[in-house]
Amino acid sequence: MSRGNSMTVALALARRQMTILLKNPSLFLPPMLFPLMNFMAFAGGLSRLRHVPGFNFPSGYTSFVFVFVLLQSAAFGGVFTGFGIARDFERGFARRLLIASKHRSGIVWGYALASLFRWSTVAVLLTVVGLIAHMQIGGNGIDLFGLYTLAIIVNLTGLLWACGVAMRFRSVQAGPLMQTPIFILLFLSPVYVPLTLLEGWIHGIARLNPITYILTSGRGFISGEPIDVALGFAIALALCGALAVWALRGLRRAEQIV
Amino acid sequence: MNLALNDVGLIAWRSIRRTGRQPASVIAPLTFPILLLAINSSGLRAATEIPGFPTDSFVSFFLPFAFIQGALFAAMTAGTDLARDIDTGFLNRLALTPLRGTGLLAGQLGGAMAQTLLQALVYMCIGLGLGVHFATGPAGIVVFLLLALTIGAAWGAIGIWIALRTGSGEAVQSQFPILFFFIIISSMNLPRNLIEADWFRTAATLNPVSYMIEGLRSLIIEGWNAQALGLGFGIAGLTVGFAMALAALELRKQMART
Repeated sequence: MSRGNSMTVALALARRQMTILLKNPSLFLPPMLFPLMNFMAFAGGLSRLRHVPGFNFPSGYTSFVFVFVLLQSAAFGGVFTGFGIARDFERGFARRLLIASKHRSGIVWGYALASLFRWSTVAVLLTVVGLIAHMQIGGNGIDLFGLYTLAIIVNLTGLLWACGVAMRFRSVQAGPLMQTPIFILLFLSPVYVPLTLLEGWIHGIARLNPITYILTSGRGFISGEPIDVALGFAIALALCGALAVWALRGLRRAEQIV
Repeated sequence: MNLALNDVGLIAWRSIRRTGRQPASVIAPLTFPILLLAINSSGLRAATEIPGFPTDSFVSFFLPFAFIQGALFAAMTAGTDLARDIDTGFLNRLALTPLRGTGLLAGQLGGAMAQTLLQALVYMCIGLGLGVHFATGPAGIVVFLLLALTIGAAWGAIGIWIALRTGSGEAVQSQFPILFFFIIISSMNLPRNLIEADWFRTAATLNPVSYMIEGLRSLIIEGWNAQALGLGFGIAGLTVGFAMALAALELRKQMART
């Protein structure tokens, strides 16, 4: 790899990651299948929840769970890319990459680009399946742009978290640390029913959970009744910014081993 | 006869010790199903308000899921460990000893069932601590644990068969999404008669996992239901027999290669 600027490094790395994925279906398929399975299970198996008194989401249950699954796939798209970073460290590629790159921040952005490309295919597939499943979309083009932009930020946030962990531990064994906190945060939000229908301890936690407001904002977009837009984006961007610092600091730590 | 039992015991004990030495193989199967039980039983509590829902306690309804998921984890561990034995040549060395193939298979299955039993006891204590009340009383708890063990044996046998068929730990792990798919497309979240989507209800009806879950669930919320128990034990038992027969065939091939 030439010792180019950050963009050159990022593009070259992203291209490599995509080539690896395309040549290894076993790495590519599970992250694609998991959101689809979740979507089928939630939309198909739980659709009767729309009859629960107080459930008044205007676009129906399929759309309600679609937004969660879309954001979940975005976050986990980033996490799965983090596994690749850890694997690159285990196999020595990342070490050589650190030596070869003049602008090392490009490494983080390269993985981020790869994560975005990877998730884009999942998002397209998920959307097509959603439309086949008669998902109602109340929002207009601008609303949908808002929804997918929010998901892109979540994808980047997931990647930055996993990247920071991978750069610090440099081993796939850190995988649970990459995915468990994200999994917990996601599932401690109003996944199956709106916040108002949650009871007990989970209601209290969901109210404090930042993911709740990102999810609410996304659901507002798909129903065409935007709600908590500024709050949702502010939280997503703040998380993304904080985790960018976390990832770049992780990169600095990794540099110390070279 | 005593010698054969001794062989089975030795292999089972080795399997148990090996699992015990890998904290990740013990902790994840213990914590993850409990985490999901806690989250889903609170997040889906609103489902109990659906007319016709068989209980007003979602945690009672959902508890069997933890046992099924835990059994799947145990199967993955058993399969991965056996695949490692093939990979490292341990199986080849065993082939030089008087150990019978059936002894090896039974021993491996015994190891998986021991892990399942440990997990089942933990899940049971947590379930009872969360206020789950067995409609069948203390005898029902014993039958519940027996059925959970039989189901654990079914999943364990499947894991062993996959390991012998593929000879690769990575291949065993990559089957996780497929096996988990069977759990998701079942009556785990709602009773089959309350599943609204026709295709999902049909899939859940054709899915043997539904009957395993319903057998366990019947002991908690229905009382003694001979049909549910017969189906639960019958399907789990048949799965054990079928998967072990396939595993024996694969083992013969593996031994022949030596």
